[in-house]
Amino acid sequence: MLDLGPEEWTAVRLSLQVAAWATLASLPPGILVAVALARWSFPGKQLLNGLVHLPLILPPVVTGYLLLLTFGTNAPVGAALKEIGIVFAFRWTGAALAAAVMAFPLMVRAIRLSVEAIDPRLEEAAATLGASRGWVFLTVTLPLALPGILAGAVLAFAKAMGEFGATITFVSNIPGQTQTLPSAIYTFLQVPGGENAALRLVLISVALAMGALLLSEVLARRVARRVGAA
Amino acid sequence: MTLEVALRHRFGGFDLDVAFEAPPGLTVLFGRSGSGKTTVINAVAGLLRPQAGRIAVGGEVLLDTARGLSVPVHRRRLGYVFQEGRLFPHLTVRQNLLYGRWFAGAGAPGPTLDEVTDLLGIAPLLDRRPARLSGGEKQRVAIGRALLAAPRLVLADEPLAALDAARKAEILPYLERLRDEMRLPILYVSHAPAEVARLATTVVVLEAGRVLRTGPAAEVLSDPGVTPLGPRAAGAMLTARVSGHTEDGLTELDAGGQTLLLPRLPRTPGETVRLHVRAQDVMLAVEEPRGISALNVLPGTVAEVRMGDGPGALVQVNTGEARLLARVTQRSVTALGLAPGRPVFAVLKAVSVEKD
Repeated sequence: MLDLGPEEWTAVRLSLQVAAWATLASLPPGILVAVALARWSFPGKQLLNGLVHLPLILPPVVTGYLLLLTFGTNAPVGAALKEIGIVFAFRWTGAALAAAVMAFPLMVRAIRLSVEAIDPRLEEAAATLGASRGWVFLTVTLPLALPGILAGAVLAFAKAMGEFGATITFVSNIPGQTQTLPSAIYTFLQVPGGENAALRLVLISVALAMGALLLSEVLARRVARRVGAA
Repeated sequence: MTLEVALRHRFGGFDLDVAFEAPPGLTVLFGRSGSGKTTVINAVAGLLRPQAGRIAVGGEVLLDTARGLSVPVHRRRLGYVFQEGRLFPHLTVRQNLLYGRWFAGAGAPGPTLDEVTDLLGIAPLLDRRPARLSGGEKQRVAIGRALLAAPRLVLADEPLAALDAARKAEILPYLERLRDEMRLPILYVSHAPAEVARLATTVVVLEAGRVLRTGPAAEVLSDPGVTPLGPRAAGAMLTARVSGHTEDGLTELDAGGQTLLLPRLPRTPGETVRLHVRAQDVMLAVEEPRGISALNVLPGTVAEVRMGDGPGALVQVNTGEARLLARVTQRSVTALGLAPGRPVFAVLKAVSVEKD
């Protein structure tokens, strides 16, 4: 049942690659935006908040189309990036970008909640002990937010693995380039006799999602013990 | 090193305007809740920026709004002991203790980890996490953490307020040692008269955002005109030297030329102790009382009488070099003719001794 053809393996490998990059690359900005929304006050805060959450409420097709309008090879930003050798359109990098944008609100929400739960008086205490703002962030805020950061990363990874609408709109469905698991399942379902292959990929999807969830549980428990909450 | 503070700050209908100097030793900011104590200490720490003011430690200026100067919190080199400890939950006790030391640099002056763990009796706790410490242990670690940051000034905001009596008794001796062994100015916020009597070298009394009185602890506490918590909480502080123990289980003390007898104290002759005598526990007589069960009847003279708003009055009595406060009724003041210069006998119903 589970002997996959080369095309299916490629889709699995590509999905993992896309989701991993989407998650890793969005972690630093995700943490920054979460801290900004949780702790700072600045003009345009509500605008940023709305912008971050937009992919959550827009139809994915719309997000994908907006990405195409921005990062397509003929679009201003896409053309500028092409000059320095970064191309998103119809590449796996574009799939990663689409997945990252779609997963970003989930990641930011999880991290923001954990940052808001940190007692700011601990950060004050660190400052009285000689820690500058940067050191307070690195030695107090970040470690205490770690459970939320992990949760956010796992959530983003899972979302990125399952991203379909924005990806297929932005970078199409090219086997070996942009055909991730969901796109591959969709493709197999369009072809007569493709149900078996689709079912195999569905089972793999389920297994990967469950694995990620279990891993996050184990990590979260270990971190919680370190932080002293449990 | 002396701490100089002058601040003006107005917020939410509260108007703070204080100026005082804290000499070496332990200076208590004393007053009821809402008198501005925490605002002052947070301004010294740099956690709150006052609208106007100047703060300097040992001549080094930390804040001078006139010159637009404010040293950021992390460069003020303080040791701040908070009411709730504020230990870092993700670090062990050892890592908590060394947190400030790391920023101060390895060559920073001040006590070593071993000295601090000895002083505070926390060596067995080093590998634990704060979640597994008792309230008293947490506070001792918090004190140690502040000391190891190589501070030039220690700040403490009601560090004992969240603890029960037994835990307070556990920590007070460490604070006394801190006051006597480290040559650091300590600014200590409190609204507990017993704590003030036991710890303070200098007392700054705050009331509604103003300094009511500053001075040596014994002087300020025995002043009938300064009762920030009301006459009920008033009480004098005496320093006494243990002169010996009697066969029937009492300890004889010499308090500024007067002899006091107290239930046996675990102290050796020659040691000094601080005594707290609440004004409520002192009766006055104009003739030497006879046939009375109280052991401590001290002759003295009335120094000052302060009538209260109700039926009560506070009387300051000089006895030898010591000063006592007695809380009596205004009717008694009239009946006994209590006025400055009047010789009286002070009958002490109770004397609290801060034991180790």
